[in-house]
Amino acid sequence: MNDRRFNALLGFAALVIVFIFAGFLFTLVVQSLPAVKQEGAAFLYGSEWNPVTTHFGALPFIIGTLMTSAIALVIAIPLSLSAGIVMGEYVNSSWIRSILNTLINVLASIPSVVFGLWGIEVVIPLIRKLAMLVGAPPYGAGILSASLVLAIMIIPYMSSMTREALMNVPAGLREGAFALGLTKQEVVTGIALPFAKNSIFAGILLSLGRALGETMAVTMLIGNATRIPTSLFSLGNTLASVIASQFNEAASDVHRSAMMGLALILLVITMLAGWFGRSLMSKGMGAYGK
Amino acid sequence: MKRNAVSRKLVLLALFVVGLTGVLGAQSLLGSGASFPAPAYTKMFDEYYKATGVKVNYQSIGSSGGLKNIQDRVVDFGGSDSFIKDADFSKYPAQVVHIPTVIGAVVVTYNLPGNPKLRLTGDVVADIYLGKITKWNDKAVAELNPNVKLPNLAIMPVYRSDGSGTTFNFTAYLSAVSAEWKSKVGNANSVSWPAGQGAAQNAGVAGVVKQTQGSVGYVELAYANQNSMAVAAIKNSSGMWVDPSLESISAAAAGAFPADTRILLVNTDAKEGYPISALTWIIVYREQNYGNRSREQADQLAKLLWWMIHDGQKYVTSLDYATLPAPALKAAEAIIKSITYDGQPLVK
Amino acid sequence: MENNVFAGQYRGRKRKDIFFRIAVMVPAGIVIALLFLILAQVVVNGAKSLNFDFFFQQQKPFGEIGGGIVQAIVGTLMLLATAIVIALPFSLLAALYLYEHKGSKRANGLLSVVNTLQGIPSIVIGVVIYSWVVVPMKTFSALSGGIALSIVMLPLMISMIKESLEMVPASYVEAALALGAPRWRVIVEIVLPAAGSGILEATGLGIARSAGETAPLLFTAFGNPFLSLNFKGPISALPLVIYEYIKSPYDDWHQKAWGAALLLVVFVLSLNLFIGTRKKR
Repeated sequence: MNDRRFNALLGFAALVIVFIFAGFLFTLVVQSLPAVKQEGAAFLYGSEWNPVTTHFGALPFIIGTLMTSAIALVIAIPLSLSAGIVMGEYVNSSWIRSILNTLINVLASIPSVVFGLWGIEVVIPLIRKLAMLVGAPPYGAGILSASLVLAIMIIPYMSSMTREALMNVPAGLREGAFALGLTKQEVVTGIALPFAKNSIFAGILLSLGRALGETMAVTMLIGNATRIPTSLFSLGNTLASVIASQFNEAASDVHRSAMMGLALILLVITMLAGWFGRSLMSKGMGAYGK
Repeated sequence: MKRNAVSRKLVLLALFVVGLTGVLGAQSLLGSGASFPAPAYTKMFDEYYKATGVKVNYQSIGSSGGLKNIQDRVVDFGGSDSFIKDADFSKYPAQVVHIPTVIGAVVVTYNLPGNPKLRLTGDVVADIYLGKITKWNDKAVAELNPNVKLPNLAIMPVYRSDGSGTTFNFTAYLSAVSAEWKSKVGNANSVSWPAGQGAAQNAGVAGVVKQTQGSVGYVELAYANQNSMAVAAIKNSSGMWVDPSLESISAAAAGAFPADTRILLVNTDAKEGYPISALTWIIVYREQNYGNRSREQADQLAKLLWWMIHDGQKYVTSLDYATLPAPALKAAEAIIKSITYDGQPLVK
Repeated sequence: MENNVFAGQYRGRKRKDIFFRIAVMVPAGIVIALLFLILAQVVVNGAKSLNFDFFFQQQKPFGEIGGGIVQAIVGTLMLLATAIVIALPFSLLAALYLYEHKGSKRANGLLSVVNTLQGIPSIVIGVVIYSWVVVPMKTFSALSGGIALSIVMLPLMISMIKESLEMVPASYVEAALALGAPRWRVIVEIVLPAAGSGILEATGLGIARSAGETAPLLFTAFGNPFLSLNFKGPISALPLVIYEYIKSPYDDWHQKAWGAALLLVVFVLSLNLFIGTRKKR
């Protein structure tokens, strides 16, 4: 072993990783070609997904994915922002702070399938009752149940990002504001949050990326229907959940190819969300000078 | 130095892995597919393990899943309650054979307060799944059940979201008794369901029905019995009200069997036969030397299949699956004897 | 910014302050309460399943009461071991690459690839590994499951190891180099050991993250009711049994699903806590 060989070894590992990623893209693109060729652009906007007639339009799943993620964000953002603000601004005892940190980490490390389990046992019966009250079909499963649990799953990460972003506000800015007689609320909403804005948005985008790809809890709660959901209580499917449900039985070549196409779409939208999030994060850190 | 200690441990680990693989690789078989016979199969395979030490791993993923896995050749055998049609044989890389194993019943199970015993006809069931009958106290259901106080509860039909042989048999029955069903929906492993909620595998459908008041679903009898779920009596083509049971299933299977055993038992002519009975098959390749399959693996598979249609049969009746009647057994034996390795039959 | 920060009645501002305090405390309280609720349910429901059979018996046929999930416990351990054996060397080497060539175009390229890999949904990983490993091997296997999990762990571990490498004081490196040691030896014998606890942490977190992954195992490990030590065959795992059991109608299986969930959560939690306490030292 010498320096040259060592560096070659490192370079080799780096190359392998790049090849893995490139290989993923290549496999997905090549294997989804037959379906895309058959459907054309209708693969993206076609609303019928029927393995029997071999018509494959991914629109129901794209809509399902966007709906559940959007609703999850709408629920999670106020809760996470509040939790982050409380942890970052209002908790002064380091003892409480570390307990809260641990609690948030615990929630963040609960696996998706356990959230699905909890959702089936707790959330679905509740939503079923709610549906009966409102006059909707009493499925229990559906867009609302999936979105609720999805929201709970992304809250921990979003809260920690918010807390971190707020804690990075320069002490001087804060102290100056207090010295001028501002109230706590005014400091938070007027100084700290605007300063941390980019990082908080980044946290939201990164959580969105996670929500888009979330599979198990959603599959267990969304009801597995291949149609465009029309209401909160509708059954539906996301890109990830339909892959989880149908991949193992897609027998015809076109069906399989269509599944790979769905995986490719999913990959692309999670990549985009991740890129935007990361670029926001690097912008955020540079603001207001170092 | 630290690196040597790490690499030494890695070598040991690698040896361990290789060793284990070699020692324990040959004593197991892998199958996947139909959830319809899964209670029977898992029971059989548990007994087979106790008797021979061979671990037969059966994953209940639905008939379409089993057919796909056998096409991809990633399993030793596939399970399906829908037989492969002539036109579809070309999808398989080599010739496959169907070996019948057990006969079960697709029952209509429901969740109503008090678990009343209901009678339903095929066209009423079809209308429920078409979304035409939406309440339990609808006239059509009430006139079949004059002694039952039916609640003013919405009916929620539950169907299979995955490709299913149970669906194949159920929709075949509905197509036979309801012209509207036949033209609007048809008969296949996966159909476009006009109403209701989907769940995966028989277990999933049973799970949803068990938890949702007002729901109705179609599952294999064992799932309903094991969970103390109510089951409807169905009127068969002879006009008799038949409960699914070992006797009524056997009656439905008492007719002739084609040599390749591909037969639909639904809407049976048998006077006391249960009208939604179904045969289920194990699908394997006729020529077992494919990929890198060893002779031992093929032998183990043939032994298992032979056992399943003979000694294994006694374990399924307690779950209310009917055993193979004589003509089916003969046909099955002939098929197993036709399975070869390098052209040589595995079972003489 | 509002004008009445400087003008306006103090009382109005004070009221706003209190209102805001409540407005954030309540949702934060809801979040904390939810957490306790979920954890409590996992613990209470899961504890009911924990008995000797649960830990040492295999799965029973459908509908039979009893048995256990030993096959899933062992399966998870086998999958994680395989994943670590693959991921650890690669993460170390890749992190070292990023450390050595920090700032170069290639390193930045690798960094973006790693960051992008981190966001890939694990179901996509499972689908690709089915093509790459399961179909050619002509069988589902613990090996393919381990490979899928290693790809899940890889980006996380690379980032964490890179960070620990960068935390090693430059003076260590300079001193060793000044003494005439070749650079590769300095890295292997000085920097790596100094970053040792960080590497351990990364490994722990990678394991914790992958232990609960289900999606990639659906088409790779596949599942197995029997205890198996065969890496070239299908295997069970804790997340897989949770998924299968909860979908079923069997109360006994539902109980076991909670038990398996408890095991997973305790495992992942202990790893996280252990790493957390190490960090403080």
